[in-house]
Amino acid sequence: MGSQPRLVEVRKNVLKQNDVAARALREQFRTAGVFVVSLVSSPGSGKTMFLEKTLTLLRQSYRVAALVGDLATENDAIRLARSQAPVKQITTGTLCHLEAAMVQNALQGWDLNQLDFLFIENVGNLVCPSSYDLGENLRLVLISVTEGEDKPLKYPTIFNSADVAVVTKMDLAPAVEFDWSSAYGNIQAVRPGMPVFQLSAKTGDGINEYLNFLTARLDELRTPAAS
Amino acid sequence: MHELSIAMSIVEMAQEEAEQRGGVQISAVHLKLGALSGVVKEALLSAYEMACYDTPLQGSCLVVDEVPVVVFCPTCQLQRPLSSTQLFCCSECGTPTSEIVQGKELEVVALEIEEWAHNPA
Repeated sequence: MGSQPRLVEVRKNVLKQNDVAARALREQFRTAGVFVVSLVSSPGSGKTMFLEKTLTLLRQSYRVAALVGDLATENDAIRLARSQAPVKQITTGTLCHLEAAMVQNALQGWDLNQLDFLFIENVGNLVCPSSYDLGENLRLVLISVTEGEDKPLKYPTIFNSADVAVVTKMDLAPAVEFDWSSAYGNIQAVRPGMPVFQLSAKTGDGINEYLNFLTARLDELRTPAAS
Repeated sequence: MHELSIAMSIVEMAQEEAEQRGGVQISAVHLKLGALSGVVKEALLSAYEMACYDTPLQGSCLVVDEVPVVVFCPTCQLQRPLSSTQLFCCSECGTPTSEIVQGKELEVVALEIEEWAHNPA
């Protein structure tokens, strides 16, 4: 009596559970006609300030809401509530990223039909969120000029998984001798063709170009495809 | 560091498969891991050991097959291996491309099951 290993083929995606939940979310968003943007960045890049500005400005003409992920504290939700838009905090505990099921839970009680834009701020982290689909229409990666021009080269996976990049804190660019063309080149190296915006959430410089991009995408979503 | 939750999903998945096959003993799990999966092999291997602890998979090993990135070159009209994830372009003609053909895999592809030559009962 002896044992011998037998190889059995399985072929199962490890993140299947998340992908199934993300697919359900995407369908839910599509039916409601809401355009969903997820935000990823390093801690301290100014995600919350950027989102606060985005919500405040878009709110003048659109119905907007946000979910914010953080390890602990509700500080970000409190800050974002100043924009007067509905905001809900997702506290992940020790988890370094948001998963589709957390978004599903957080959305309970919200009527997506009443929204034009939903923003999902991920936990500050440029590594882990890359693997998790949240059903979003657009993944936005945010970097600030103080982080250096080579951030895209250090985190190619997340930049590659993103649909648009925003470089913020441009008001500080001269002080930190930020080289825009080098940063732009690095973003294009890891994700050729990705739209990139430069702005200052604080001064508002450049923010209109980025908001116009978002509203154009919403219009596109709501325009029935030519048959 | 999300490798532990990934490892736990792998163990859970393998355990389910084992149960479906009548409680067989799994000695190894074969995994395809793409270079763009966002998961680090070394971290995953040590997390796997932890995730197996006190489960029927304790002592099993994780066999990782690393999958390099392959992109489609619109100029050559061919699939090309990527020379660096820091530069998404055709390795032959240099045309920038974002069209990924492979490299995002995070997939359990096979299980090694201990099979008894004779039923011990």
